[in-house]
Amino acid sequence: MARGIKDKVAILGMGCSKFGERWDSGAEELMLEAYKECIADAGIDAKQLNAAWFSTAIDEVHVGKSGIPLSTTLRLPNIPVTHVENMCASGTEAFRGACYAVASGAADFALALGVEKLKDTGYGGLPGGRGGPLQALWHANGTAPGNFAQLATAYMTAHGVSGEDLKRAIGHVSWKSHQNGAKNPKAHLQKAVEMDTILKAPMIASPLGLFDCCGVSDGAAAAIVTTPEIAKSLGKHNIVSVKALQLSVSNGSESGHNSWDGSYFHTTRIASKKAYEEAGIKDPRAEVSMFEVHDCFSVTELVTMEDLHISETGKGWKDVLDGFYDADGKIPCQIDGGLKCFGHPIGASGLRMLYEMYLQFQGRAGARQLKDPKIGMTHNLGGAPRENVSSVAIVGRFE
Amino acid sequence: MVGIVAYGAYVPRLRLQRQAVYDANKWFAAGLRGLAKGERSMANWDEDSITMAVEASRDCLTSHKPEDVRSLYFASTTHPFKDRQNAGVIGTALSIEQDLFASDVGGSQKAGTSALIAGLNASKNGGGPALVAAADKRMARVASSNELNYGDGAAALLCGTENVIAKLVGHHSVSMDFVDHFRGDESDFDYGWEERWIRDEGYSKIVPPAVKAALAACKLTGADITHFIMPSLMPAVPKQMAKICGIGDGSVRDLLGANLGDTGAAHALVMLVDALEAAKEGDRIMVVAFGQGVDVLVFEVTAENAKLPKRKGLSGWLKRRKEETNYMKFLAFNEMLPIEKGMRAEFDKKTALSVLWRKRDMIYGLVGGKCKVCGTVQFPRSQVCVNPNCHAVDSQEPYRMAGLEANVMSFTADSLTYSPDPPAYYGMITFPEGGRFMADFTDSDKEQVKVGVKMRMTFRIRDNDTMRGGFKRYFWKAAPV
Repeated sequence: MARGIKDKVAILGMGCSKFGERWDSGAEELMLEAYKECIADAGIDAKQLNAAWFSTAIDEVHVGKSGIPLSTTLRLPNIPVTHVENMCASGTEAFRGACYAVASGAADFALALGVEKLKDTGYGGLPGGRGGPLQALWHANGTAPGNFAQLATAYMTAHGVSGEDLKRAIGHVSWKSHQNGAKNPKAHLQKAVEMDTILKAPMIASPLGLFDCCGVSDGAAAAIVTTPEIAKSLGKHNIVSVKALQLSVSNGSESGHNSWDGSYFHTTRIASKKAYEEAGIKDPRAEVSMFEVHDCFSVTELVTMEDLHISETGKGWKDVLDGFYDADGKIPCQIDGGLKCFGHPIGASGLRMLYEMYLQFQGRAGARQLKDPKIGMTHNLGGAPRENVSSVAIVGRFE
Repeated sequence: MVGIVAYGAYVPRLRLQRQAVYDANKWFAAGLRGLAKGERSMANWDEDSITMAVEASRDCLTSHKPEDVRSLYFASTTHPFKDRQNAGVIGTALSIEQDLFASDVGGSQKAGTSALIAGLNASKNGGGPALVAAADKRMARVASSNELNYGDGAAALLCGTENVIAKLVGHHSVSMDFVDHFRGDESDFDYGWEERWIRDEGYSKIVPPAVKAALAACKLTGADITHFIMPSLMPAVPKQMAKICGIGDGSVRDLLGANLGDTGAAHALVMLVDALEAAKEGDRIMVVAFGQGVDVLVFEVTAENAKLPKRKGLSGWLKRRKEETNYMKFLAFNEMLPIEKGMRAEFDKKTALSVLWRKRDMIYGLVGGKCKVCGTVQFPRSQVCVNPNCHAVDSQEPYRMAGLEANVMSFTADSLTYSPDPPAYYGMITFPEGGRFMADFTDSDKEQVKVGVKMRMTFRIRDNDTMRGGFKRYFWKAAPV
């Protein structure tokens, strides 16, 4: 294990646009909305930025390629801008790039900004078909709901969980997130939903119904990072530092080798283990105060809580039904409403999760404020259960 | 001695109930009431004459090695491509390419028998086994009798000189431009003349002399024929022709109209497979196909027929059936209905032909890899072994997976993605020998698809690139066994 970057990087400021069907805005307006809040919060001038990382995933439907869209929209001072894409982990990748630049000493101030403008396609859901000319010839013509629905069927098979029990558990995942999202003015969906409505919703890809799927939204989020020492020298208090950043990427064994049973995320197990090691966390169930995980689908969150080594394998559904992850439970998960209520502007989501962590540590989370959180963990999962990018970030108070 | 050494057939799973068609159309065409009984086979949206011919050929080759085939003829009047050899697609799907002569035969309802004659001639005198596949999926106008009479299906016959199950006794052909019907270049549909004229001036004057000439060449009489095969949309005509030629009424084979329908250029061969499944040693089979002339073939069944290893055959495929009463679905599957497909149907289906060529064994033959170091079977074949405990480089040999059964590991019924037959079933299938991939399912429904069920791989249309004139992308899908 490498030395890691624990406490070498601090978050100086953050910003987040209102998420939703932003018919009024293009990607550029969303970027500026997040950036203006972020730079004001950081209290520095744009001229002080040394480098920027810019994340989008489906850039062909909005900004196009390269770092140029960010640089021109913000009129950045001709600094290096790197465009990153790693599916749903893109936002966390932008943050990772900025953090590594600071940790290495290459930059004193680095910007990470993620945006996705999805609602100019003319239809619901994510645009499909980007696997290249060979995959187009053979791979099942699936959608995200269809891929993650199979996680549900495999999970039930592996652990002998009945369809009714699983449906109730994943229903509770969504119910809980809607309860939280109702308290968040930046969320796309700000309505609590009855359990009965969730269970009786139309099927999208069996066994996932409408409320098991996160929405598709537009949004942007941004962070400016520096070192804890510089943050202190700028008079900052309640400093939030980065404890760990880890990523694990499938190498084809799940999709191509019969050793994987489809019921878990191989990569998340690896990334989270490494992250705990980097952060020096021995007992995550006791030490982590809150989670923002990738609930693209309700079942993803349920299984993820096992793969993050919080719930026992095959027992996560019981923790969920016991309210372990509710706002008033032992470890609140998706306290901001999650992807369920924010939707999933892909390039922005990882940074949106960190934004909630940042607010919570600073005591600025309003109606959602948790009591004295110490360690927070965010997680993104890009791709499909059989082949994916899993990213994990641990942030916390800088002691 | 040249003759038939193996046979196979294929019938799509769906059987459109003729009453349902009639009920929808009787307001317009009440005269069709007499045809509103029984069922016709109906291709799934992802089937065409190529995919059906591949299935029939696989059935036929149950007992023989594809790589021994030296020539391949594909008869149809509905070849999916006008210029791109259709038989070649079948050959690649069967993993036969080297030392293969391939040819498409078409243009007439006797294309199937013409291909069979060519195949028999090709394999005699040391020419090696010849595979003759015939399939048709003809379109018919709404509320026409053809819509009720036609069926979709395929047959395949392997011609050869060893272990012949039905030896060729003789054949005779005449060719004359009698236009009982035609399908011009600018139409999807047949245009036919009056049935009474076709019967009196066509069949009655063209068939008997040809049959008699064939019998004379074989030194046989009509009474020697045990099975008389003659497709016709007029059920009484084969019996009339048999009678004129001195062939017993009991020898006239059933036209398979009740539960299949007329499969066009394939039908004479489909009926021949039906006859071979029942025929005994010494039986003589006459096959007559009519279409701008007539082909007549006479076979004598040998003792080898009873020894032919079991296959699904026509009877097996006919038994696998699902009743379809939704006439609108039939119209939609045949692109006869301007149905709202939604924006998700607009994704570009352009095929990189250079990629298809490089990966044709993978895409058309479902050829994966087997690692020489650890023995792991995998799909697709790759340069670095997928086994996490191996990762050997350049270690894989081609491994054909089309004939293997797989199990469903996980699946879904997806209502979001575009499918001509929603919801789209797909899932991770695993092969007991090793290997897995996320496959589209076909011929599937809620009752059959479960985790753990056995699936059979079947060659199907994956996409149709209508932006470029209908380039069909073929690949293998999983269907419940």
